[in-house]
Amino acid sequence: MTELRRTLARQRYLLDYTVASMSRRRTRNLGLLLVYVGMVFLLASVLFYSSALKHEAGLLLAEAPDIVVQRMVAGRHALIPAQHAESLRGIRGVRVVEGRLWGYHYDPAVRANYTLLVPPADDVEPGTAVIGPALARARGAGIGDVLSFRGQDGTLHPFRIAAILPQESALASADLFLVAESDFRALFGIPEGQYTDIALQIPNPREERTVAEKVLEALPDSRPILRAEMLRTYDAVFDWRSALVLLPLSGALLAFAILAWEKASGLSADERREIGILKAVGWETGDILSMKFWEGGLLSLLAFLFGTAAAYWHVFGLSAPLLAPVMQGWSVLYPDFRLTPAIDATQLLALFCLTVLPYLAATLVPVWRAAVTDPDEVMR
Amino acid sequence: MTARVELVGVRKIFNEGQPNAFRAIDGVDLSLPAGGVTVLAGPSGSGKTTLLTLIGCLARPTEGRVRLDGRDISGLPEPFLAALRRQTFGFVFQRFNLIRGLTVLENVMLPAYPLGTPHRALTRRAGALLQRLGVGHRAGAPVESLSGGEAQRTAIARALINDPTVLIADEPTANLDTALSLAFLEIVSGLRAEGRTLLLSSHDPLVREASVVDRVAELRDGRLVADRDTLAESAQ
Repeated sequence: MTELRRTLARQRYLLDYTVASMSRRRTRNLGLLLVYVGMVFLLASVLFYSSALKHEAGLLLAEAPDIVVQRMVAGRHALIPAQHAESLRGIRGVRVVEGRLWGYHYDPAVRANYTLLVPPADDVEPGTAVIGPALARARGAGIGDVLSFRGQDGTLHPFRIAAILPQESALASADLFLVAESDFRALFGIPEGQYTDIALQIPNPREERTVAEKVLEALPDSRPILRAEMLRTYDAVFDWRSALVLLPLSGALLAFAILAWEKASGLSADERREIGILKAVGWETGDILSMKFWEGGLLSLLAFLFGTAAAYWHVFGLSAPLLAPVMQGWSVLYPDFRLTPAIDATQLLALFCLTVLPYLAATLVPVWRAAVTDPDEVMR
Repeated sequence: MTARVELVGVRKIFNEGQPNAFRAIDGVDLSLPAGGVTVLAGPSGSGKTTLLTLIGCLARPTEGRVRLDGRDISGLPEPFLAALRRQTFGFVFQRFNLIRGLTVLENVMLPAYPLGTPHRALTRRAGALLQRLGVGHRAGAPVESLSGGEAQRTAIARALINDPTVLIADEPTANLDTALSLAFLEIVSGLRAEGRTLLLSSHDPLVREASVVDRVAELRDGRLVADRDTLAESAQ
């Protein structure tokens, strides 16, 4: 028999013994596995969800303007005159300058905020609107129905629904209400020649910072916001929300860590005796460590696999009903959407290292201590 | 098949250097000839079990040497001691120390796992040993369901699975009635005939006075107080 075959056979025996040993302590191991799976599930759910949200936000921002220029008055965002756009057109490196009109409208009927927006192409017919899927659901509105909003002057502005935005873009478009420019100005009382902000397209990304500086020089009362900054803000917001979820969970995590440490590290008298017997009949320290490594490895790997699979199904299959209210945002109109699976391999590896490795260490250290002691002493 | 075991000035102190230090073996010199049956006799607490564990490499002496075929084994590193426990010494514990939850066959096969013996060959060997010891019909039974005699035979089969040259049994008849004790001595006789070295600890007169026993070494308070060659005596 070759040495390799012998080694493989030896490992198979150890694995068989481990499985038999685990099934002998069925209740203890199942209990531990359940708690372990639950913990991995919660951690992985938060991880998957925030990662997918960031990914989604990144995709959305990929189509966002490279720089948004806002006018600031007394430190607050104010309407920006169309002449400002003219001043920006002269800056080298700027390809497109576009005034944008957008704002929020509170609908007391459903106690929710809508985002009203004039699409860049201004292709919405006056008197009509294109609405987001969550908004349509909240108001029970379909194509052809009429929704009316009270404007800034108290008059009622009716909008006939011309279309409902597709579900795929729900994260960003859930509460959107697209209207014609004339309707927008009439509803909010914004005079001609004034915009909410100005969007700039910069073909060369390396020029963005220089352009931003030039914008500040040309318009000292403005605030240029780079897309990268928006992306960072999204990341920070989702990280903050993850922390918000993980904070209450930290107690549970700590409880799990203590339980796992207690269960894994404290060898019972029976286990010590068993190690003593195995050593007495000729098992080496390495054999016992291998056996316990298999045991800890099987348990933690199973927990990791079940936990992450359940989290994947929870987040990408069920749209994370346990996390969505906290993680998605402050809007009352929670978008009903399915996230595109976006898993960060590094984060998954970190989760693996944080959950599997400490458990293995907690299992192996006391076993190693028992296994290097004379069998007679271990059995005493 | 045979092996000669020698002990030179062996001492074993538990909890050395502490107020509760206890001298279990106090300077024992003993030579066990190859291929015979030696009984360590003496009252409870005389150090019989401790001496067996020192010879069987389950513990290390505090002082002195244990030699196997002239080679000092008391100072060997752990992997070498494990190899000796696995292949040279078979140990039958007083309470048998079978692993609960496993079957008789699995318990018997345990010492061979680290060798990576092919499964089929190992199962066949374990089955044959159990048959030979009269417990073949219990191979698939969990060890918790065994009677005292069956558990002992299972423990003997486990000790023999790697074909050791020395078989050590600690108080082998302590939990057995007379009939089972005699049956055990039958097994010992068969193993002796194969040329194995057998070392038993016992304060059971049935064992000490059995015809199969070649030698009785008497311990008291960790010291060897008598060493009797029963074979020579009976020849006279």
